Amino acid sequence: MINSAFEANLVEIENLTFKRGERVIFDNISLSIPKGKVTAIMGPSGIGKTTLLRLIGGQLKPESGNILFAGKNIPLLSRADLYEVRKQMSMLFQSGALFTDMSVFDNIAFPIREHTKLSENIIEKIVLMKLEAVGLRGARHLQPSELSGGMARRVALARAIALDPELILYDEPFAGQDPISMGVIVRLIRSLSDALGLTSVVVSHDVPEVMSIADYIYIVAEKKVIGHGTPEQIRQDSSPLVQQFIQGDADGAVPFHYEAPAYRDELIRRVSK
Amino acid sequence: MQQLHYLGKQTLSMISGLGRAVILLVSAIVHVPNVRKGTPLLIQQLYSVGVLSLLIIIVSGTFIGMVLALQGYTILVGYGAEASLGPMVALSLLRELGPVVAGLLFAGRAGSALTAEIGLMKATEQLSSLEMMAIDPLRRIIAPRFWAGFISLPLLTAIFSMVGILGAHVVGVNWLGVDSGTFWSVMQEQVDFEKDILNSVIKSIVFAFVVMWIAVYKGYDCEPTSEGISRATTSTVVQSSLLILCLDFILTALMFVK
Repeated sequence: MINSAFEANLVEIENLTFKRGERVIFDNISLSIPKGKVTAIMGPSGIGKTTLLRLIGGQLKPESGNILFAGKNIPLLSRADLYEVRKQMSMLFQSGALFTDMSVFDNIAFPIREHTKLSENIIEKIVLMKLEAVGLRGARHLQPSELSGGMARRVALARAIALDPELILYDEPFAGQDPISMGVIVRLIRSLSDALGLTSVVVSHDVPEVMSIADYIYIVAEKKVIGHGTPEQIRQDSSPLVQQFIQGDADGAVPFHYEAPAYRDELIRRVSK
Repeated sequence: MQQLHYLGKQTLSMISGLGRAVILLVSAIVHVPNVRKGTPLLIQQLYSVGVLSLLIIIVSGTFIGMVLALQGYTILVGYGAEASLGPMVALSLLRELGPVVAGLLFAGRAGSALTAEIGLMKATEQLSSLEMMAIDPLRRIIAPRFWAGFISLPLLTAIFSMVGILGAHVVGVNWLGVDSGTFWSVMQEQVDFEKDILNSVIKSIVFAFVVMWIAVYKGYDCEPTSEGISRATTSTVVQSSLLILCLDFILTALMFVK
């Protein structure tokens, strides 16, 4: 166990290797998601943070390694068992992924109607409760096309907590948000975690926001976990890669230039041709 | 060498595509249907796939029947055989034009719309989000659309042939002056239930299967970008049209050549 202060881990990733075609995305990484906390996974874009969430959700299968959710090894589950496990988790997609042919109300009622036999009367009460939590009770009659980006994400969040899952996976929840809706979402993630005891995994590259809400942070780069700890530990991490990432320096351990021959040589070669 | 490599790669990707299509079909349609939840979904899709295709089917059917009557009359009248106008129109429509043209129109109207719809659902992560909600998109999204098309096209084909014959009646009888009694009675005499009508239904069922299979597969398997969706939509229309024409030839050979 990586941090003994956290007694129980809801998700354990052990020696995970994942390849896309020939390209290795994760090379033997291990990490733990403690129960009831907000864990952030940060890293430069394109290193497979979203892929990691899809691996936890069982939408992708790893090359090797274990992904344990409440003790069950996700990659080995049968389809029926996987669907059973997924009822305890939910994912907030970057785009919101609201169903465009349904109103806000029906979007949130959808998972409840699918998985329970509750009466419409009770479903209405639950939906309004979830909408109240994200501050959009007044928007229940709107269609997804009438919502702003920030509102759509809040509705998606209300839908994600509709069935009171144990685990929420947030895929880039802050990307493309204006400062106000960013603030709203930051507050929501934290308060949902505190009030409902949800376990949250936030995948993001927005350093200040993540630092402000995460209990524990993993920084993933170059197919590995390059640093982990509480926000305070991360700030004091000695690794140049971690420092470059949290400071946002243009050049450093991750070079500014994509791999290329020296510019001078290339110019000379072109001239001499 | 490079061309050989390319050929091999294309063949492999075609075979693996076919494999994925079969898996999709089997997992979408082979399961015990949930009547309570499935029926409203099916009815909704029957409306958008079937009912909304009615207009194009009726209008094209009428005009094709009218044109057939016009062309047929000018040829038949030279031999004094205009009494055969009725069966000529009815047989052309039932045996060939009805199933084929209705199938082509259906591929263009409903098939392309389904591919684009499913493709966009994939691009906007709606399919993934269903999966994460523990709801199988194959059963929830693919199956009702597939069955709706499978039920709709044979009915649309019947409607197409029917309005075509009515259109021919308008031109042949009301305009060109063929005797109405002759038109209907000779048709009744010449059209065989088993050979003509049943075969027409069989053809349309086969075409419905092919069009819907291609449409849902292309949507589900497309690359989730705007370019990918447009390519998938186009190839739905092109591939299902070509397959309809090709299968029509094979079916005709099996059905009508002794």
